[in-house]
Amino acid sequence: MMTITCNGEPRKIEREMSVEELMRSLGLNPETVVAELDGRILSRPEYAETRLADGATLELIRFVGGG
Amino acid sequence: MLTIAGKTFRSRLFTGTGKFSSSRIMEEALLASGSEMVTVALRRVDLANPADDIMSVLDRDRFFFLPNTAGARNAAEAVRLAKLAQASGGGNWVKLEVTPDPRTLLPDPVETLAATEELVKAGFVVLPYMNADPILALRLQDAGAAAVMPLGSPIGTNQGVLTRFQVAIIIEQARVPVVVDAGIGAPSHAAEAMEMGADAVLVNTAIAVAGDPVRMAVAFAKAVEAGREAYEAGLGARKSEAEASSPQGGLDFLR
Repeated sequence: MMTITCNGEPRKIEREMSVEELMRSLGLNPETVVAELDGRILSRPEYAETRLADGATLELIRFVGGG
Repeated sequence: MLTIAGKTFRSRLFTGTGKFSSSRIMEEALLASGSEMVTVALRRVDLANPADDIMSVLDRDRFFFLPNTAGARNAAEAVRLAKLAQASGGGNWVKLEVTPDPRTLLPDPVETLAATEELVKAGFVVLPYMNADPILALRLQDAGAAAVMPLGSPIGTNQGVLTRFQVAIIIEQARVPVVVDAGIGAPSHAAEAMEMGADAVLVNTAIAVAGDPVRMAVAFAKAVEAGREAYEAGLGARKSEAEASSPQGGLDFLR
């Protein structure tokens, strides 16, 4: 069990997982979401390669309607 | 045809995607507008609504996405948003917005210029939203902006082109396309900007909050076309004294 901060909220993670696995578990399409992990923007191939560590800060961001 | 940074657009109406009451109405309105370039914003994913995804609604082959940096209060925040947009697969175009004051949403000229310089160096195609300041427009052009986007009036106010005099100077001096952005509240405002020689207009609120956004999108498309046609046709000069349209002679029989 570990805890990360995802989009400003603490989130408990049951087992070790990649950024991509977390996205899918949240019902998100990784193709349309950008991840910033501990202040660094991940490239798309890194989603599957990057494991989430205890205490990590993750921002999941995507396009929304705007002017 | 309008060309910005080597990309051509048949429609001179750019549209925003905010404030629509539903995704379905947004898609219908944008299709009806004929617009080929739409702006989008970047925000944290709402984890309570994972399926609420604009990318599943809009066809990117049909609409060229112009990510904005709306919400940025300084150059650093705007650059961060631009890089996130690029990483989201948004390409390297960005509508640069730096608005430190939430009450007026007026753009910060100093931070906007600084962010333009930085983003151009980083390889972005930068379209800065700016106050209608002709000198600033020149400075932004010199910094490598691909177009300039002077405001007609503050964002979302529907007040029209209150900056008409300054926008006219910007258009006269511009070496890059001029897109009148913000405050365009009615098709007549869009036509006015186009008649003045603006290369395009960007409309969001006026379409999104209309009673019937789809019909309003059509109305804007017609107004933009009419305004452009009038500009290319060449408007007659404004005069301060009357000049009869009917012949002045041939009235002897009356007197």
